[in-house]
Amino acid sequence: MTEPLLQVRDLVVQFPTRRGTLTAVDGVSFHIDPGEVLGVVGESGAGKSMTGAAVIGLLEPPGRIAGGEILLEGQPIQNLPYEAMRRIRGRKIGAIFQDPLTSLNPLYSVGQQLVETIVTHTDLTPTRARARAVELLAEVGIPAPERRVDQYPHQFSGGMRQRVVIALALCANPRLIIADEPTTALDVSIQAQIIALLRRLCREHGTAVMLVTHDMGVIAETADRVAVMYAGRIAEIGPVRQVIKQARHPYTIGLMGSIPTIAQDAERLRQIPGSMPRLTDIPAGCAFNPRCERVFERCRRDRPEPIDVDGSRVACWLYDPSTAQREAADA
Amino acid sequence: MEPAASGQAVLKVTGLKRYFDVSPPLLNRVLERQPRQILKAVDGIDFAIGRGETFGLVGESGCGKSTVARLIVGLYAPTAGSIELEGRDIAGLSRRQMAPVRRRLQMIFQDPFASLNPRWRVLDIVAEPIRAFGLASGKAAVTRRVGELLEQVKLNPRDGDKYPHEFSGGQRQRISIARALASNPEFLVCDEPTSALDVSVQAQILNLMRDLQRDLGLTYLFISHNLAVVRHISDRVGVMYLGRMVEQAPARTLFATPRHPVHEAAARHGARPGDVRPRARAGGRRGAEPDQPAGRLQLPPALPVRRRPLPGREPGADRAAGRRRRRLPRRRGGPHPRGRPAGIAGGNPALAAVARGD
Ligand SMILES: Nc1ncnc2c1ncn2[C@@H]1O[C@H](COP(=O)(O)OP(=O)(O)OP(=O)(O)O)[C@@H](O)[C@H]1O
Ligand SMILES: Nc1ncnc2c1ncn2[C@@H]1O[C@H](COP(=O)(O)OP(=O)(O)OP(=O)(O)O)[C@@H](O)[C@H]1O
Ligand code: SF4
Ligand SMILES: [Mg+2]
Ligand SMILES: [Mg+2]
Repeated sequence: MTEPLLQVRDLVVQFPTRRGTLTAVDGVSFHIDPGEVLGVVGESGAGKSMTGAAVIGLLEPPGRIAGGEILLEGQPIQNLPYEAMRRIRGRKIGAIFQDPLTSLNPLYSVGQQLVETIVTHTDLTPTRARARAVELLAEVGIPAPERRVDQYPHQFSGGMRQRVVIALALCANPRLIIADEPTTALDVSIQAQIIALLRRLCREHGTAVMLVTHDMGVIAETADRVAVMYAGRIAEIGPVRQVIKQARHPYTIGLMGSIPTIAQDAERLRQIPGSMPRLTDIPAGCAFNPRCERVFERCRRDRPEPIDVDGSRVACWLYDPSTAQREAADA
Repeated sequence: MEPAASGQAVLKVTGLKRYFDVSPPLLNRVLERQPRQILKAVDGIDFAIGRGETFGLVGESGCGKSTVARLIVGLYAPTAGSIELEGRDIAGLSRRQMAPVRRRLQMIFQDPFASLNPRWRVLDIVAEPIRAFGLASGKAAVTRRVGELLEQVKLNPRDGDKYPHEFSGGQRQRISIARALASNPEFLVCDEPTSALDVSVQAQILNLMRDLQRDLGLTYLFISHNLAVVRHISDRVGVMYLGRMVEQAPARTLFATPRHPVHEAAARHGARPGDVRPRARAGGRRGAEPDQPAGRLQLPPALPVRRRPLPGREPGADRAAGRRRRRLPRRRGGPHPRGRPAGIAGGNPALAAVARGD
């Protein structure tokens, strides 16, 4: 077996706030192999971006890693000093953030920003770097890149800015790319192009990708495995086909049911009733229990840990062997 | 739903244009003898939206959708054309003249991060329009109304005293939706309002928008790249291409037409039902033709769409390149087995089928 490129064990991310400590990520474990795409989906506010930010060491204070470990190629990288982390960030881990505007400096042209990043992290000369910048813009589907390269971020459309951020993350040929909603503002054809690009990097360079997105279509097409997050924890993680086709966790099942389809003519979309609890008052037991259709008394008492179910890992009491025994006894 | 009769149109846009000067700095122009470059982001579009109607606006990235939205709410002045709100031309009104229109005409921005003041608490962000337009009096009433709005977008009212950076991406998007709804607008311009939301929250927000429309008669201009969402929410849909409106049709007709380009875009992206990993993939270009605006929503000539040859465009900006190189889509994987996709989920026809288990 190859060593995982990234191994995350029992990661805990906390924010001290005015009203006590808030746990945004609560004991998350997963790994990503070289060349693999791990999709991460889940309820808005579930902790997907925080998990990604922790991996690249860009949690904004007062946020901090309060527990667990993060290993990149076997080396622990959590809580490294800033300089050491910065070097890893440039060369080994590329980041595509959820908000394209904050990743771009409005005062510099897109080309200046790309060239600077390329020159810092590779040994290309500025002239070669500029050619590479134009090439990268072309790769992410920016029309007329040799002209666009001299324009400023505000002169780009929303989707184009998002692609510039992707180009920035690819500059140094990183081993791992953390892509947080990289395609949200993109139409389907550009989206497909970006996805094809990411997949090609995985195939040809063994780049691994942690792909955070709410778009199940993108997940279905891109990811090898998928993790479903809810209230700071992983509810279900497994091969993409398994999770989409035979979702096990009641939250995943509800998520799949909320997707609108073109063929459908329904007045209203199906939705999971209620909303995610605030992180400061997560219910005891299973965090999903107030919204779950299949809740039973144990769910309100004990917290379910992930267990193996047909090749996936699912954190739900329904799949606990003791539940099956109890049901058999009841019958 | 039938196209809005212009008599009862809430919004009527005529010959709307917005050009941007994207020339290199003067010095470069002189030294390198480069001409001025004018980018025609919106180049003469007409449409009308009736009361209580939802008009979807679709088109590939960079075709000018956000520019149209910004023109309507007065963030850009038009280069030419008129924008009538209930018969009154609001194009190019001054800030002060625009003030009374502001309450009735709100916008949800594509970039929720940039549109929220980072130094304000969420409570104040959402309360600002309520206070500015005197929609509730007294601190308690304002707070109650803010709480209601936050609840509507599935946020907890007790989170009102936090700052925007303390929220996740999707939560921030919902804050901007709450703020847009705060002034009881009659017309809402929504630029990718649900793009950062997971599907279950998206379903909640779309249902909320429908309820508001039913109860209060709201009118929406709805921009999204997600065709399934547009299909779901819109009565009529306009398809933009290179700054022009190339087609307008009732949503039902548009999405029911077999082999329509919108399907083709969707089908090219997706796979056959049952495949999780598709064989066909749209963006096979990989920048081999850097001059071509890649991944365009291609319009096969056989289609009865009004695709004029777009005369009189200035060369220079990238669209000229796009025009020269425009050509038929290279379809890989052949047509969809059933003629049209069985459904598209988040842009992927395969998924709905997979998720349904057929
Ligand atoms: N600076 C902060 N202070 C306090 N809480 C925070 C802060 N930043 C994020 N949070 C909270 O942490 C939780 C996880 O946020 P995160 O950004 O990881 O969510 P997400 O899963 O990426 O959601 P989305 O899909 O909406 O982007 C959220 O509930 C958010 O409110
Ligand atoms: N302030 C500006 N200055 C110069 N060019 C601009 C400006 N705003 C937009 N443009 C250009 O106008 C064109 C249309 O942009 P617009 O933002 O309207 O696209 P869009 O259809 O909303 O795309 P997306 O789906 O990517 O958001 C783009 O080519 C963009 O680069
Ligand atoms: S553990 Fe119980 S409450 Fe939680 S998802 Fe499973 S059945 Fe539902
Ligand atoms: Mg996020
Ligand atoms: Mg836009």
